[in-house]
Amino acid sequence: MDFELMINSLPKLLNASFITLKLLTASLILGLFIGLFFAILRLNKIPIINKFAYVYSYVFRGTPLLVQIFIIYFGLGQIEYLRSTALWVILKEPYWCAIIAFSLNTGAYTSEILRSAFQTIKPGMIEAGQSLGISSKIIFYKIQIPIAIRQSLPAYGNEIILMMKGTSLASTVTLMDLTGVAKYIISTTFKPIEVFIVAGGIYLFMTFIIHNVIKFLEKKYSF
Amino acid sequence: MELLSFGKTGWGDELLIATMMTIAVSITAMFIGFLFALIFTPLKLSKSKFLNLIGNCYTTVIRGVPELLVIYLLFFGGSGAVMYVASIFGYNEYIEINAFITGSFAIGIISGAYSTEVFRGAIQSIDKGQFEASKVLGLKKPIHFFKVIMPQMLRLAIPNLSNVWQITLKDTSLISVTGLVEIMRQSYIAAGSTRDPLFFYSFAAVLYLMLTYFSMKLINKLEVRYSRGY
Repeated sequence: MDFELMINSLPKLLNASFITLKLLTASLILGLFIGLFFAILRLNKIPIINKFAYVYSYVFRGTPLLVQIFIIYFGLGQIEYLRSTALWVILKEPYWCAIIAFSLNTGAYTSEILRSAFQTIKPGMIEAGQSLGISSKIIFYKIQIPIAIRQSLPAYGNEIILMMKGTSLASTVTLMDLTGVAKYIISTTFKPIEVFIVAGGIYLFMTFIIHNVIKFLEKKYSF
Repeated sequence: MELLSFGKTGWGDELLIATMMTIAVSITAMFIGFLFALIFTPLKLSKSKFLNLIGNCYTTVIRGVPELLVIYLLFFGGSGAVMYVASIFGYNEYIEINAFITGSFAIGIISGAYSTEVFRGAIQSIDKGQFEASKVLGLKKPIHFFKVIMPQMLRLAIPNLSNVWQITLKDTSLISVTGLVEIMRQSYIAAGSTRDPLFFYSFAAVLYLMLTYFSMKLINKLEVRYSRGY
């Protein structure tokens, strides 16, 4: 055991974990909107619209995240037309490509979580709102969404942890996140175990915090 | 389309072989995972606090740390660890482990953690009466496990194991970083030499989708088979 290396690499790895956290929060926020959007489409009664949402979630859940990042980072640059548009400013940056891929991926999983949450809402609750004469917009925002959020918390907590692990793939598109820096230190020092313990410890610590925050929220919003 | 033709000019045959490799790694990893689950599930279910702790450590660490990090640990540390063990037995030559073994082992450790959780859940949800009944009948331990607990456990575990299979299948894409030529690595090579990454990565996505689709069909059949009695 090389304790000196472990202590020396700790600040570098902690620094890199900020990039991991930035990637995670950005993609979770975007992914939540994408997920909500597609969950609503899934519940739409028009077949083409809900089929479209189904295909979206099926494709993103059925392929590895690595393929998705590579298509966006390496693949999209190939389309000449894209290079001339304003979008290219975003798509040439590995940072934004990673965020786009992560949000589309987590959006697909989130849409499934939210869809099943919406479906488990008892019809009586919506009917109660209707019989009180509340408009359907307010029923949606004040009754359906809060209940759906509570229902989906445990599953969404798992998704956050899975996404946190997913951000490690950003290192494959040259981003120096926690895994990227860990790999760099391993390949320069050839001390995989020490670096794994430190980097893995930081990841476990983040998992621990997310897990407890979700537990706290579950308790707070339980009924 | 000529990019996918077989023979020297196209990438069709290479991608086909790579797909086989992905399937081979996934199946091997799944079996290694089952072996790990076979060791760690009893630990997690045991009454001893210490054994429980070991079991929990395994599942918590592996499920809380990115797959890529586990792969790097084994990729860079694997041959060192094997050489260390070999040196205890007096073998001091350099040993290089091939990428297939490292890769399937790394993915196997990961899939084992998920399988352990699935088996634990399945055994815990078997009716207590079943355990007591087989004890009362005086069944021997192996018969108790293989004829009473196992069939019921499998029925409960198969739906969740199909999730583990999907995760394992998708995780194999990560071992492309170690240089094993599976779908992802082959697409990377093809994309590099034809300068057509969009096509090859999209095609890789299609291959993965086909693999997940057909394996789901197969697992559904298994599910029906194991719930015959219900």
